[in-house]
Amino acid sequence: MKKFICVAMTGALAASFVVSASAADAIKIGGIGPTTGPAAIYGTAAMYGEQIAVDEVNAAGGAVQFDWKFEDDTHDAETSVNAYNSLKDWGMQILAGTVTTNPCLAVGAEAVNDNMFVMTPSASSQDVIDTGDNIFQICFTDPNQGTASADYISQKGLGTKIGVIYNSSDAYSSGINTNFQAEAANVGLEVVANEAFTDDNSTDLTTQVQACKDAGADLIFLPIYYTPASQILKAANDMGYAPKFFGCDGLDGILAVDGFDTSLAEGVMLLTPFVATAQDDATKAFVEKYKEVSGGDVPNQFAADAYDVVKVIAQAGEQAGITADMSASDICEALKATITDPSFSYDGLTGSGMTWDASGAVSKDPKGMIIENGEYQPIDEAGAEASTEAATEAE
Amino acid sequence: MAKNKKMNRTARTYLTSFLLVAIFYGAVELIKFSGHLTSKATGLLIPVCAYIMMAISLNLVVGFLGELSLGHAAFMSAGAFVGVFFYNTAGASLPGWLSVVLAFVIGGIAAGIFGVIVGVPVLRLSGDYLAIVTLAFGEILKNVLNSLYIGVDSAGVHFSLKDQFSLNMEPTGKVLMKGAMGITGIKKFSYFSVGILLIVLTLIFVLNLMNSRAGRAITAIRDDEIAAKSVGINLTSYKLMAFVSSAVIAGLSGVLYALNFASLVAKKFDYNLSINILVMVVLGGMGSIPGAIVAAVILTVLPEMLRGFSQYRMFIYSIVLIVMMLFNRAPAFVAWRQRLGLKIHTKKNGNSGSTAEDGKKEE
Repeated sequence: MKKFICVAMTGALAASFVVSASAADAIKIGGIGPTTGPAAIYGTAAMYGEQIAVDEVNAAGGAVQFDWKFEDDTHDAETSVNAYNSLKDWGMQILAGTVTTNPCLAVGAEAVNDNMFVMTPSASSQDVIDTGDNIFQICFTDPNQGTASADYISQKGLGTKIGVIYNSSDAYSSGINTNFQAEAANVGLEVVANEAFTDDNSTDLTTQVQACKDAGADLIFLPIYYTPASQILKAANDMGYAPKFFGCDGLDGILAVDGFDTSLAEGVMLLTPFVATAQDDATKAFVEKYKEVSGGDVPNQFAADAYDVVKVIAQAGEQAGITADMSASDICEALKATITDPSFSYDGLTGSGMTWDASGAVSKDPKGMIIENGEYQPIDEAGAEASTEAATEAE
Repeated sequence: MAKNKKMNRTARTYLTSFLLVAIFYGAVELIKFSGHLTSKATGLLIPVCAYIMMAISLNLVVGFLGELSLGHAAFMSAGAFVGVFFYNTAGASLPGWLSVVLAFVIGGIAAGIFGVIVGVPVLRLSGDYLAIVTLAFGEILKNVLNSLYIGVDSAGVHFSLKDQFSLNMEPTGKVLMKGAMGITGIKKFSYFSVGILLIVLTLIFVLNLMNSRAGRAITAIRDDEIAAKSVGINLTSYKLMAFVSSAVIAGLSGVLYALNFASLVAKKFDYNLSINILVMVVLGGMGSIPGAIVAAVILTVLPEMLRGFSQYRMFIYSIVLIVMMLFNRAPAFVAWRQRLGLKIHTKKNGNSGSTAEDGKKEE
């Protein structure tokens, strides 16, 4: 009996490991992300985002049709590589993942060996795209948000004398600030105050706000998370100081801080790839579909990023003329050539006019959002006067 | 007669252990040769080898020494980080094979040193203290590695437990270890043969240790500390011998594991991994080396085989675990199997009829 079981199990093992060929009519695109475990929110959102995009691409009936499969990696590098390998056995030709940074580094190294085209929705570390030239990002790398913010402030003329309050004990915040300072000097923004705090002394930020006020800053840049930001807004309000406030995606969530008077956040601007309450048609349609697919959840930026990844691949794939009978490596070369071509650009939920260079980093016009009547509103290019209006209103 | 019985059992353990590894190696190479080995299976080979070593290593502590270690993943982690750190820095300028060999040596030694640090104070005590201390050690090591930043520039090596920016590096400097991000950009070194070679070396070492004078002393301590002491066995030094050997093997396994992936994070070597390895040992039968090998293979491969169940994967995995455990150990199941006239391989009834050939058949 024991012997029989051993034989049976060995048989099952062997069977599960023997290559099986399958019919290929659609291009096989795989996704990897944590749908269980501590980071499940991100992976699940990305999964639904990709599902919606694949359905749309297939329904549109273009030249590129997708066969899609998403595997769980529990936010663990080993499991992620296993997921990658089992997708490869399934016949994956393009990888739309992985969602989290560390697994993405491990999977990236494998993908470089296979020359598989990879575009990650949300693994934002610079190391990810440094792994190989077949790996692309659709999200900004963390430090790039600083550059983008300085450009945005300067282009929109939001302020001239800039104060910065940042968290020096946080890699995200310090990284953004370093690049912001460098770019601010390039685009002629004058940084009049550069105030730091750390996780250990983030309970009272009045001193930092006072320093910005004394230096006469008319815009305060906040490359920080929303909890300390809410204290800064309160401190500024208490001392009757009303500069403009500008932050990055870390501020997303400020309206949900417990015990925070959200009216203080009126007029706060932030640079974030996606907010679900935005009123443009694409976002509205996406939010509606997402609710249907996920059973009532509201999509976060991971969902939108993942949706865009699939859409970008579809668009680039049609231009490059990829077909299902091409090998993963050929598809990768074709997509790489198309996507890094200066004439290629993509408009999506998380930005418009996105382009990529050979490094794999995205270059896109960041979306500016402004908080109005307790809701995020896009400061879009078309409504330039609306944004000035909003800004005036905020003052 | 008694001597003969003993010989048979020893020979049987040797034979089944090496036969298992040989079959595993042969089968994989054969399938690989015929071109039918899937990517998934290929990717699993090295982790399986590493976990087999971990299971053998923990078996030394739990099965033969009779102490409980709840932080065995920490020794794996110590070996992995130290070995890979060397491989990525000093090893980069050495010839490939030499840097790998040295990485294994250094990783093993590092884990051994931690084994001494943990073992010396704790193994003087009798009781469950080792379980508590290893549990704490695992958490401490994980958290320290999680917040450790190391960078190098022309001014030398910089350390920080705060963040990358407090390293105060020159712009041209290179950050080697990034706290929660761990070590990245590891040049992969993964050869199945190397994994098998390490397993074989481990087996030779462990089996010989167990059948040596020292091994007898170690099992005597497990069976009755007072009796062992009364015949003049130095408890602490023999306990330490088993525990440190086990830590070194775990360290080697960590290096093998880490060299298989491009990135390494401390979070991987948490409490869950320690427990998972303990499950392999318990499922395989405490003190049974062939059992540990089979259990390590099954427990590593099973979650991947269950991918078809998507989100119910881990749920089904747990149920399978319970069923396997019951089938192996529950008295009712054992009786049922006996009624069916099956030969049951348990440690106690290894009578003279059960020869090396029987052992082979059962596996």
